[in-house]
Amino acid sequence: MTKLTSVSALEALREDILSRRDPKKTKVSVCSGTGCRAYDSEKVIDSLKAKLLDQGLNDKIDLVTTGCHGFCELGPVMVVYPEGISYFKIKPDDIDDIINETLSQGKVVDRLLYVDPEGNVITKEHDIPFYKHQNRVVFGSNQSIDPENIDDYLALDGYKALATCIGSLSPEEVLEIVKKAKLRGRGGGGFPAGQKWEATRNAPGDVKYVIVNADEGDPGAYMDRSILEGNPHSVLEGLLIGAYAIGCQKGFIYIRQEYPLAVEHLDRAISQMRELGLLGENILGTGFNFDIIVHRGAGAFVSGESSALMSSIEGKVGEPRPKYIRTSISGIHGCPSDLNNVETWANVPIIINKGADWFTSIGTEGSKGTKIFSLVGKVNNTGLVEVPMGMKLHDIIFKIGGGIRDGKKFKAVQTGGPSGGVIPEDMLDLPVDFDALDKVGSMMGSGGMIVMDEDTCMVDVAKYFLEFLADESCGKCVPCREGITQMLHILRMICAGEGKPGDLELLEEIAAMTKECSLCALGQSAPNPVLSSLKYFHAEYEAHVNEQCCPAHVCKDLITYHIDPAKCKGCGKCLRNCAVGAISGSKKEPHVIDLEKCTKCDTCFLVCPPKFSAVTKLSGKEEL
Amino acid sequence: MSYSLAKVDQIIDGYGADKEALIQILLDIQHEFRWLSRETLMHTADRLGLPMNQLYNVTTFYKHFSLVPQGRHAVSVCVGTACHVRGATRLLDRVAQGLKLSPDETSADEKFSLKTVSCLGCCALGPVMVFDGKYMSNPTSNEIAEIVEECE
Repeated sequence: MTKLTSVSALEALREDILSRRDPKKTKVSVCSGTGCRAYDSEKVIDSLKAKLLDQGLNDKIDLVTTGCHGFCELGPVMVVYPEGISYFKIKPDDIDDIINETLSQGKVVDRLLYVDPEGNVITKEHDIPFYKHQNRVVFGSNQSIDPENIDDYLALDGYKALATCIGSLSPEEVLEIVKKAKLRGRGGGGFPAGQKWEATRNAPGDVKYVIVNADEGDPGAYMDRSILEGNPHSVLEGLLIGAYAIGCQKGFIYIRQEYPLAVEHLDRAISQMRELGLLGENILGTGFNFDIIVHRGAGAFVSGESSALMSSIEGKVGEPRPKYIRTSISGIHGCPSDLNNVETWANVPIIINKGADWFTSIGTEGSKGTKIFSLVGKVNNTGLVEVPMGMKLHDIIFKIGGGIRDGKKFKAVQTGGPSGGVIPEDMLDLPVDFDALDKVGSMMGSGGMIVMDEDTCMVDVAKYFLEFLADESCGKCVPCREGITQMLHILRMICAGEGKPGDLELLEEIAAMTKECSLCALGQSAPNPVLSSLKYFHAEYEAHVNEQCCPAHVCKDLITYHIDPAKCKGCGKCLRNCAVGAISGSKKEPHVIDLEKCTKCDTCFLVCPPKFSAVTKLSGKEEL
Repeated sequence: MSYSLAKVDQIIDGYGADKEALIQILLDIQHEFRWLSRETLMHTADRLGLPMNQLYNVTTFYKHFSLVPQGRHAVSVCVGTACHVRGATRLLDRVAQGLKLSPDETSADEKFSLKTVSCLGCCALGPVMVFDGKYMSNPTSNEIAEIVEECE
């Protein structure tokens, strides 16, 4: 590749790429993100590649291996363009039919199409409810881009925003656009990005840094990984624009080493940028110099906190420090350092290309633009969804998510990861934005949205988050270290049936202290899952404490497994699957579980055929 | 894999023996040998001009580093929130029972290592177990026993 030495050279390259592409040509886009890979999408792609070559179709059809499309529930996912025919759950055996029917004759393979809960078959992607109600501003390009091929990004106006900024706008003008767009940080805090940039820009010092926070640690959230895996250049372009506006020559990307594919795609993207002269000295002949270092995190949730992250980049332990002086003024090596999350950076080029007015036309008064959520848990359509800020929780979970799995009843949705809270059913009308979620005791966080049904125990969920946080607290400050430990101790006792009167009040007291006195956001927000579940699901806590009953049948110490003799047909499936030999019974006779031997591993419950559903869990005073 | 200090040196040199690259260097060494031996840590400290104290500080703080040898077969159970609400605790119990290991343990013959991870991003499959890179959705005790049997 020849280096681009001017803005016009970039435009010429883009025209050249576009001239070699025919929009009418059949294009097959197959997801190869981590989710679909888990469903063997690579075998599907290999088989398709080999068969297209075999049949001499490889010139007539473009095969694009892309990052995440979002609809992970039904992976591997494929879209055939220009028609937009969407296929789901594809197996290598389906490839022959796809080639012979769809790619050769334009016919649709019915069995691979999406079927909605009412039984309607839907052919096109944009008609499927999961996609129809989304507004995929940031995430939408994923399915048109091979993340390892910079040409695909350039073909979609890639680096045009950068060229506009460094070619014809002053840094102040760029800053003004981002401020006017009212872009708020997508990593959790929701701090206005423009203000943060300005603080770093105005801070004294010649050396300044910009950083991408890709230390996506919230369990249950994976949108940052999917953006970096699927469209790494969008983040890099945003970073360069930020660097130009702030006045930086060096940037860092702090990414979890647990995301090997994202690291690989990022490294590849950076080297392509270098080859094209989009990194290094005198970028596009404008005099702007910038370079990037990728830093892999070694696994510490707290290192996603800004001051901890910066200390980790310096090669040290990633512990937070008191922030009397913000990292935007004194960060890496004491230099002003601007840190923004992956999704925030990915929004920047779009804002520049489409304008601040366009951006502020989406969303609510205080939260502009869209947000990507990972809609997971007990919901039918699991996946990544991008919606305008302000969409009602109900619409996200029921219209896009298709409601609750297995016909169960909705109980709560947890947002904001370990720092967030649970939101009960009567608040489903809540418009989702930064401020509305804060108001009900939860938070946006990085966008995890975990749907819970009647089989989820809220006490257990609170305990779960505290276990996670107890493990991840760095232990530097006492309120967080001891507060979390003590709250966890109480919850463990409650879940073990050893809760006592006064426990719930004590929990609230410790929670208030931890919130008030902790050093960093990890500790300050750690009590949220406890406080919000105590507030909205108090009766469930009381049942645990007063009746030793777990109404959702989750807490192992409070439940026992039984076989209902009226329902058991003696098929023997549970008996054969029980690892500890706790089940006995003759063929076609009701079986019995020996409670002395039972380890409550749940296997019998899982394997009992649904038509019998004879295995039952009982808790407290419940009887068969 | 046996340790070779020459390989360690190659990794350190790849980062220009930069003190600040300590975490990156250790990640690469761990990736190469599956764990960090005392000898390697001392050698790395020496090469980078850092006190051993700092190396222990870093290697015990970050989860990914292991100061004991890891098993030939890596088994992880996802305990992310989405998997948790879909029964990850029970799955972890079954896997632990099947491997006769507790989480974060390695078998005496260095055959298996069992770990828990927080979110692998394939929440749709949850609860998920990863066995030597292969993803499995909510395997039963028998299915786990079968894989354990097949391993060398």
